[in-house]
Amino acid sequence: MSAEMSSGGRIARRFAAVAQELRPALVTFVTAGDPDLETSARILAALPKAGADIIELGMPFSDPMADGPAIQAAGLRALNAGQTLKKTLALVRDFRETDADTPIVLMGYFNPVYQYGPEKFVADACAAGVDGLIVVDLPPEEDDELCIPALKGGLNFIRLATPTTDDRRLPAVLQNTSGFVYYVSINGITGSSAPKTSEVAAAVERIKAHTDLPVAVGFGVRTREQAAAIGRTADGVVVGSAIVQAVAGSLDEQGHATDGTVAAVEALVQELAEGVRFARQMAAE
Amino acid sequence: MKPNSYRTGPDERGHFGIFGGRFVAETLMPNILELEEAYESAKADPEFKAELAHLAKHYSGRPSPLYYAERLTEHLREEAGAGRGAKVYFKREELNHTGSHKINNCLGQILLARRMGKTRIIAETGAGQHGVASATVAARFGLPCTIYMGKTDTERQKPNVFRMRLLGAEVKPVTAGAGTLKDAMNEALRDWVTNVEDTYYIIGTAAGPHPYPELVRDFQAVIGNETKDQLQELEGRLPDALVACLGGGSNAIGLFHPFLDDPAVQIYGVEAGGHGLEVENGHAASLNGGWPGVLHGNRTYLLQNEDGQILEGHSISAGLDYPGIGPEHAWLKETGRVTYVSATDREALDAFQLCTRLEGIIPALEPAHALAHVLKLAPQMDRDQIIVMNMSGRGDKDIFAVAEHLDMEI
Repeated sequence: MSAEMSSGGRIARRFAAVAQELRPALVTFVTAGDPDLETSARILAALPKAGADIIELGMPFSDPMADGPAIQAAGLRALNAGQTLKKTLALVRDFRETDADTPIVLMGYFNPVYQYGPEKFVADACAAGVDGLIVVDLPPEEDDELCIPALKGGLNFIRLATPTTDDRRLPAVLQNTSGFVYYVSINGITGSSAPKTSEVAAAVERIKAHTDLPVAVGFGVRTREQAAAIGRTADGVVVGSAIVQAVAGSLDEQGHATDGTVAAVEALVQELAEGVRFARQMAAE
Repeated sequence: MKPNSYRTGPDERGHFGIFGGRFVAETLMPNILELEEAYESAKADPEFKAELAHLAKHYSGRPSPLYYAERLTEHLREEAGAGRGAKVYFKREELNHTGSHKINNCLGQILLARRMGKTRIIAETGAGQHGVASATVAARFGLPCTIYMGKTDTERQKPNVFRMRLLGAEVKPVTAGAGTLKDAMNEALRDWVTNVEDTYYIIGTAAGPHPYPELVRDFQAVIGNETKDQLQELEGRLPDALVACLGGGSNAIGLFHPFLDDPAVQIYGVEAGGHGLEVENGHAASLNGGWPGVLHGNRTYLLQNEDGQILEGHSISAGLDYPGIGPEHAWLKETGRVTYVSATDREALDAFQLCTRLEGIIPALEPAHALAHVLKLAPQMDRDQIIVMNMSGRGDKDIFAVAEHLDMEI
């Protein structure tokens, strides 16, 4: 029901468009409100021009159990600057005034959404122009909490599949998944060591045997070369920790944004965008 | 609505009412399901039970005594009105090997880890009691062990850090957040996600994703089961009241669970009131000062702000300053079966000193909170009534912290 309903959405359209260009999509993660709300809005606006095809926007949480040090620090910077879930939704609403096409996926943990109220959150997220949700600590066993209301409300619910998700479990994971499948290329936290390209290719193939949805691969992708290598087989390449590290590296000694902050993100995303455009050429050679 | 029994939970999806569940990252789900299967099979295996019982007796020193605290009882009667002053018993869990109730759970879980073929142990710890117990069973069974402990806690619990290292464990100080128990748990979960194939995570309290709250409770229920038998032998009846302290709530649920369907038994859980419940972020009383949310794999009462960000909480006791609580306690609060109260840092310190002087028992700061409530409760009860308090740990680890609070030099 819902998967079809959403199939005409921005995410499906964007994957179809990049497939036409014979390349994978570049999915970029940034944390909402990092390092402050105003700079974060400027980063968000700059991402599509720099070559991001899909934006994952992190909803900061005090206890990000699946994230490595880089994204932990980004969340903390945002929370210290006063970021809340309400402000994150407003950030998306503002972004939509100038960009009607780039899909936005909110990514985070369940408790802030639970406190906001799942039904209200789905309604407000739709109204703000959010396209999908990734909630790390909601496995299919807890689908009643948010996944089902989100699908009914017209949002994509994007699920993580991991190396530990075997063929027996994969159908359960994919059942209520829509938009795309996010393959976590390693057992571990965000920003860990780079995945092995050959293993990723095998995993993407394994998932594709179970679903027609695009498969994006993330965790540990940091460079143009890695993006190109992963993008040979994946429909999308997700980069997160490297981008928030670019933010971190651009801050002054007090941790405040500088003139170089937005530019640092743009420069990295441009490189990664070259990477995904190079991916299939490399494969063809 | 009053359930027919308070002892049948959780349901097959790990819920106690609306609480509990399995809110974890996908990477961990297969492991959680594997653990559930392993525990179901272990529960039904007489050999598993026999091995655990053997270790409990010969390694840990069970059964722990049920001790009549005569001088404390008399002291409280002096202050109480005529005919008042209940008889106070201590369930002496501090006499277990490693000095607290934590070993009960660790022995059970390491046997499970072995059944599952896991070759590496990780654990989180606050006060260090669970860390020491985990390091101990890891040494006993020859498995490498990594303990995550908040940096703040490693500083206020130095003796336990040294004990863990002596036992061969690697202690990793966690600097994220405020460097206390919840941060240690986050870091242990990150390790588990990274090393999911070979690693067993011994969660120290009756919280976390299903089946942990159930299995930790079951391993700790030996406390309540023994108490029931021992009091029957000593007094020929059930207690009138049970009192235990709560951080995550494992010693409390262990004492309470066997008595939940005995309606005549009043049950009190004592949270860490810190500087007082009225002080914002100045206490660790999740049930009295928080509301339901989702953290560390389960839905339960949490200390949090309106945006769902988790607060650190505060307690003089490093074992109680956890911003959550086991999901079964959340449910027992909502059903009204258990009364949850709190005791402040100051009250716990006073109880600590009183117990030491009157009974020659140095309690850990955690059960000193339970004792602080006993001091309020006993004088209001009749002389022929009986309170059993869980003396969940010994206070040797706390003498440095106590000295500092009392402005004394060691």
